[in-house]
Amino acid sequence: MERTKLDIWVGIFVILGLAALFGLATKVGNLTSNNIKDTYTIYAHFENIGGLKPRAAIKAAGVVVGRVNSIIFDTEAYHAVVSIDVDNRYIFPKDTFANIYTAGLLGEQYIGLEAGGDMTNLAAGDLITQTQDAVVLEKLISQFLYNKASEEE
Amino acid sequence: MNNMLNFIAGVGSSFRSKMTRLGAGTRLFFLILIYSVDSFKRIGLTIREIYFTGVLSLVIIIVSAFFVGMVLGLQGYYTLEKYGSSEAIGVLVALALVRELGPVVTALLFAGRAGTAITAEIGLMKATEQLSAMEVMAVSPVARIIAPRFWAGMISMPILATIFSMVGILGGYFIAVLVIGVDEGAFWSQMQANVDFSNDIVDGAIKSIVFGFACTIIALFEGFDAPPTAEGVSRATTRTVVISSLAVLGLDFILTSFMFV
Repeated sequence: MERTKLDIWVGIFVILGLAALFGLATKVGNLTSNNIKDTYTIYAHFENIGGLKPRAAIKAAGVVVGRVNSIIFDTEAYHAVVSIDVDNRYIFPKDTFANIYTAGLLGEQYIGLEAGGDMTNLAAGDLITQTQDAVVLEKLISQFLYNKASEEE
Repeated sequence: MNNMLNFIAGVGSSFRSKMTRLGAGTRLFFLILIYSVDSFKRIGLTIREIYFTGVLSLVIIIVSAFFVGMVLGLQGYYTLEKYGSSEAIGVLVALALVRELGPVVTALLFAGRAGTAITAEIGLMKATEQLSAMEVMAVSPVARIIAPRFWAGMISMPILATIFSMVGILGGYFIAVLVIGVDEGAFWSQMQANVDFSNDIVDGAIKSIVFGFACTIIALFEGFDAPPTAEGVSRATTRTVVISSLAVLGLDFILTSFMFV
């Protein structure tokens, strides 16, 4: 086979490969969907984080506004410290509520932010003081059984 | 007592010959690296080999990828439907293809389609004394024959695996969305939410590069090492497929246990 025709076929092959990689990156992967680049970090303390994982979504009114960066256990206060990366475009008042919710019955857990009414806003490095822990199903059931038992007495 | 000694000697000699072959294979790899500079000066040779190993493998890769994707879509749908989460079919198809099936099935097909061709070609060149003729003419057979095929395999394999994954996902899309009627938006958005570029797609690409190296070097070495007879070449070709397939599956387990903890 002559040289140029060979080059054309190999060129088509390479371009097809690059197109497939581009398709995987944009259409299948999350390279474009979470374009949260410039972020500021805030912290929240939880007594129990349930099944929350790093890179879990932060949602306000259902809109993804950030990601969980890291989760560590504070050995002095015995609670979990969750650091949250929030997109720079979004600002929240100081008395924002942070709750751990579950997406659906068996879905993954995320943090929901509910804005308060404070005039000053959260800045980088601030701490969210009002938090609500993840719902632990065992606790809920034992509470229910305990109430049931006390009703019958 | 004599039987016992014979048995131990048998184990020893087979181990020694396997180690010798491993050493010879490693030596061939370093020879390829040394002669790569010479062979890159005539890049046309490598491009020619990319045509034979890569472009000509496209048809079998695309067709099998589409069918693998369609089967994944069907089987996944039957199971997921029982739990009322048939929208997760996109995630299932994409993760299965990008992480595992894309690189592994491509490597197995690559060993069968391109690896055997390489072994048979080089083995036959050796049997008809073309390699010796080159050496007589002061042309290094490693630079002229082996190195271009090695780099062609290393370049073709990741490209083929990427195409396999993408076409497979399109096959899954065809069955799940167009035939069964899963919601199209949920299909793609759940996929994007759960497939991570730097973890899943890049790790799949790393796998395909490792498999490409294993398949190509095994095919080249078996051809180069084949006894110069018709029977020797045919045995070497068989060994290429067997060893490549086992190497790919074994390496896949090791890589998976490192990557997706």
